[in-house]
Amino acid sequence: MSNNITGNEVIHQYLRHNKKFPHVLCAGCGHGIVLGTLIRSIHSLGIPKDDVVVVAGIGCSGRLAVYVDFNTVHTTHGRALSFATGIKMSNPKLNVICIMGDGDALSIGGNHLIHAARRNIGVTALVLNNNIYGMTGGQSSPATPEGSTTMTNPYGQLDKSFDTVELAKGAGANFVARGTVFHVNKLEKIMTQAIERPGFSLVEAITPCHTQFGRKNKYKSPVDMYNWLKKTAVPVERYNELPEDKRADRMPIGVFVERDRAGFEEKYYAMQRGFLKAAAKGGK
Amino acid sequence: MPRRKKRKEIFALGNEAVVEGALLAGCTFYGGYPITPSSEIMEIMAARLPKIDDGVFIQMEDEIASMGAVVGASLAGRKAMTATSGPGFSLMQENLGYAIMAEAPMVLVNVMRGGPSTGLPTCPAQGDVQQARWGTHGDHPIIVLSASNVQECLDMTITAFNMAEKYRTPVILLLDEVTSHTREKIEIPNEGEYEVFSRTVPSMPPEWYKPYEETVRGVPPMPPIGSGYRFHVTGLTHDRNGFPTQRPEEIVELMDRIHRKIDQFFYDIQLVEEIETEDAEVCVIAYGSVARSAELAVHQARENGVKAGLLKLKTLFPYPRRHQEKILAKAKTLVVPEMNMGQMSREVKRVNMGRAAVRTINRIDGQIVTPSEILKVIMQG
Repeated sequence: MSNNITGNEVIHQYLRHNKKFPHVLCAGCGHGIVLGTLIRSIHSLGIPKDDVVVVAGIGCSGRLAVYVDFNTVHTTHGRALSFATGIKMSNPKLNVICIMGDGDALSIGGNHLIHAARRNIGVTALVLNNNIYGMTGGQSSPATPEGSTTMTNPYGQLDKSFDTVELAKGAGANFVARGTVFHVNKLEKIMTQAIERPGFSLVEAITPCHTQFGRKNKYKSPVDMYNWLKKTAVPVERYNELPEDKRADRMPIGVFVERDRAGFEEKYYAMQRGFLKAAAKGGK
Repeated sequence: MPRRKKRKEIFALGNEAVVEGALLAGCTFYGGYPITPSSEIMEIMAARLPKIDDGVFIQMEDEIASMGAVVGASLAGRKAMTATSGPGFSLMQENLGYAIMAEAPMVLVNVMRGGPSTGLPTCPAQGDVQQARWGTHGDHPIIVLSASNVQECLDMTITAFNMAEKYRTPVILLLDEVTSHTREKIEIPNEGEYEVFSRTVPSMPPEWYKPYEETVRGVPPMPPIGSGYRFHVTGLTHDRNGFPTQRPEEIVELMDRIHRKIDQFFYDIQLVEEIETEDAEVCVIAYGSVARSAELAVHQARENGVKAGLLKLKTLFPYPRRHQEKILAKAKTLVVPEMNMGQMSREVKRVNMGRAAVRTINRIDGQIVTPSEILKVIMQG
């Protein structure tokens, strides 16, 4: 496969020719941009399509799997990582990429996320954070910012929103990063690093949902939402230098954790090779 | 004629026999979460699988994840299983439905305990019969098997894997605590003495392959993920290509096929054992450990001059209707003992349609049903 083609030509190589389009995503949605960066990352790494498994959860982000020409599994709500764990353990040669939404990964799937990170299973998790439950009609998610309005908190969100990066860091992931769909090149770079790294990698991609979130809050158009990403996101290196009071409205992006611990599947199969060798020596 | 190799004999727990059966059937993946009275299955798997070529054992964070991992492993080409008990079984139901819809073969062992809720841990019960049938949402067929002694635990586990692979569907093996915690001498069959069935893989070029295509048996071939056949798997109602659909004709085609692939092979799936049923006027219909009590009661009744018989169900669902119909030609009374409030007697009555008298014996106190209890009811005629 030639690596010198760019833009749409790359994307078209990876879209399913037998899938009926158009897609389910709204105008202004960032999910397509994330999918684009994922495809370009895989393309630049030169991984054959057959070696890629995209496992997705439920919701708008879950639908991404159906459009791309890889091995794709659209699982149950919140459980994508458990399916991905079974696939990776069964065939460690596969590049398993898990696409989840914020509700999917942090609420119903929170336990699976913690344990996938703790176990350090060799899966790349993409959390598409749009701060809302989009497909079910705009209810608040664990990532909905404090004070914003949604269908299920018409008087304003009272509780604090989840920090995916801190959670994954604490749980023990090998690689933790955050990007936004406004900073596309940076997101693509992060994603490439995440796929390459052994063990559990997590990339949180901030992607705007204008239909369910922006419209009901202070963002009148999709453009306002992209401007908000442009304004709030700062590279983590710069963020760390900011004085405490200036940090409140800012969101650090970039790479937060880079570790090189062997993935769970790697450790498991090494143990097994040990047993098999010993058995062979024992003449059994 | 070559002399048959002597079978290996071991003194095993019911749960241990399940593991032996699974390994003989070619199981190489176990994902689970501990819960009594099923835990020994997991513990023995944890010791055995890592020492087998490509054997994978993983303890997941909960039952939901266990079921997810098992379905994932199945899609990746493994013969996979998990084991649990009542409360864990409830948690597995969502992904069990997914496995039915995605047609992912797998075996789920449920060692029943008293319920509802945490109920009576490590006390025998048969309260999950209807949960096994209808626990997940939607209309679907399901294969539910059971075993009444330790040897059967081994044999039925092999059967469960074979049926799962043959029909591309999850198979539930429903055991009760008495069977799974009884220790008995069993025979391990030699290679070649039992059937091992593995799923059909596609033989056409990848670009021709349609993952949910109509076939004669209603079971499309299934390649492991990563073998060059790229397709979409989803829990959504899908067309032949595996893509989501809401078109009525495509919905009907899929649902019809999922039902037909089971319905069409009732003769292969519905397994029973008939003891003294040819001329039985009083016939006991039982399953699991209760069937052992029933067998003794039937022999005692015969000694007392009552023409009694036993229909032992090895397949609970699809319900072996035709076997009961045959018995109904002679039987005036059916006796249905079970360790629940009457979950299987509903099926018996449904097929009976008022032809014979149906007497139920129900225990829900965490105690076994004794032969004398059953004998007493048989003798009443």
